[in-house]
Amino acid sequence: MLHIKCPHCGMRSQNEFSYGGDATVKRPELGEEISDHDWDNFVYNRKSLRGKHWELWQHLSGCRQWIKVQRDTATHEIFKTLKANEDIS
Amino acid sequence: MQKYSVFSLVKNAFSNHENWDLAWKDPTPKNEYDVVIIGGGGHGLATAYYLAKEHNITNVAIIEKGWIGGGNVGRNTTIIRSNYMHDENALFSEFGMDLWRRMSQDLNYNVMFSPRGIINLAHSDAQMNTYARRGNSMRLNGIDAVLLNREEVKEIIPMADFSENVRFPIFGGLMQPSAGTARHDAVAWGYARQADDMGVDIIQNCEVIGFDVSAGKINGVRTSRGDIKAKKIGLCVAGSTNILAEKLNMTLPIETHLLQACVSEPVKPVLDKVVTFGAGHFYISQSDKGEMVMGGDLDGYNSYAQRGNLPTLQHVLTEGIAMMPFLSKLKMLRTWGGIMDMSMDGSPIIDKTHIEGLYLNCGWCYGGFKATPASGWTFAHTIAQDRVHELNAGYSLNRFNTGHLLDEKGLGTKTWIS
Repeated sequence: MLHIKCPHCGMRSQNEFSYGGDATVKRPELGEEISDHDWDNFVYNRKSLRGKHWELWQHLSGCRQWIKVQRDTATHEIFKTLKANEDIS
Repeated sequence: MQKYSVFSLVKNAFSNHENWDLAWKDPTPKNEYDVVIIGGGGHGLATAYYLAKEHNITNVAIIEKGWIGGGNVGRNTTIIRSNYMHDENALFSEFGMDLWRRMSQDLNYNVMFSPRGIINLAHSDAQMNTYARRGNSMRLNGIDAVLLNREEVKEIIPMADFSENVRFPIFGGLMQPSAGTARHDAVAWGYARQADDMGVDIIQNCEVIGFDVSAGKINGVRTSRGDIKAKKIGLCVAGSTNILAEKLNMTLPIETHLLQACVSEPVKPVLDKVVTFGAGHFYISQSDKGEMVMGGDLDGYNSYAQRGNLPTLQHVLTEGIAMMPFLSKLKMLRTWGGIMDMSMDGSPIIDKTHIEGLYLNCGWCYGGFKATPASGWTFAHTIAQDRVHELNAGYSLNRFNTGHLLDEKGLGTKTWIS
């Protein structure tokens, strides 16, 4: 069982959250000319790192906010959590 | 090579089974090979076997970080089927079914292929319609499919919950009678033994550290046991695909996730089919030893852990008990996990890459084991001829770019996340 510290509610069990994938993926800017390659990178291609990984989770059965979590994908150790609008430094 | 038969068994019994040949050797890597296959799982071993058998290419090495059969080929739930709707998946898998039927004879190794049939349960009228459509598509591709109504399903699996007051009543199901199971370890060992006999070097405990690529062409691979030159390299590393792709500066439409499976304590024969729950993700069969073999959903977040987390297991077994209430009486014997190369449309990739001489075999999601022979056969063809076979033409890497996705369930991107 993972324990994730929601920046809004504090430490909660994994059961309250749902996963949203790689948090470093950025949607190409609206209105800009986008190459197929950029669009592929946004929709399909993922690095899927082994080790420290910034990812999105939603506190679905809690405050329903999206948050950013830095987790080790091999050990599940959680290093840091941020609100959705906080930048990954 | 010593042929396995009842005669060799009797003969070796007289010497207390102490004089059997080793099934495969433990060679030191040579400096150079025509083809290096990375990954000594089912797909890698099968690829090497078909390179030697079908294409006469025997100067081949398989390099494996761990040991033969220690990855997903020894961690799956051994289900073999070809119940797909789309032509690309159906024809590829049905080609594989033919190879499965002949495998024990081909490899002179009893893989215990058991075509016991698979039933996908339906829990609504809409689902029955969907299954009817899929069954018809299968039959058009020459695959056996039978649509069962509630009574027919009850006849076959009376232990499922057919009571009136259940959340997901069984309306019927789609059966592929020729589907089944096989002993997964034997598949790995059988391919390894034959490939070794034809001259393939199986090099275990050999980790890939990097690649030697120059001018868009692959020249070799750097490993924990020294540099190995190769004209062609094939990647068959399932859940480690993203790790090796990073070393090649490639980003792939693959995410690595963890899938768990478990077995109960052994019980007397109760279930002679593979059965899947249609209102969630749960599948079950009974092994020859009597254990109920079960699996279901991914853990749900990127993982290389090779071991699972309890909430998913709890969820999966809740579905199991909803489908077959007697499971609640069983003790769990073992649970384990493997890491899956989940492709973005749920279908695999067997293709050339932008690097000359580098070939890719990945994206098997939940269905890697049953694809072992067909994957090895088509990947060997792709490597040997430097072009894809018509059977794996649909499994191209650039389909994500061109929009020709093979989205079997029509769910869109990341079909496995829902």
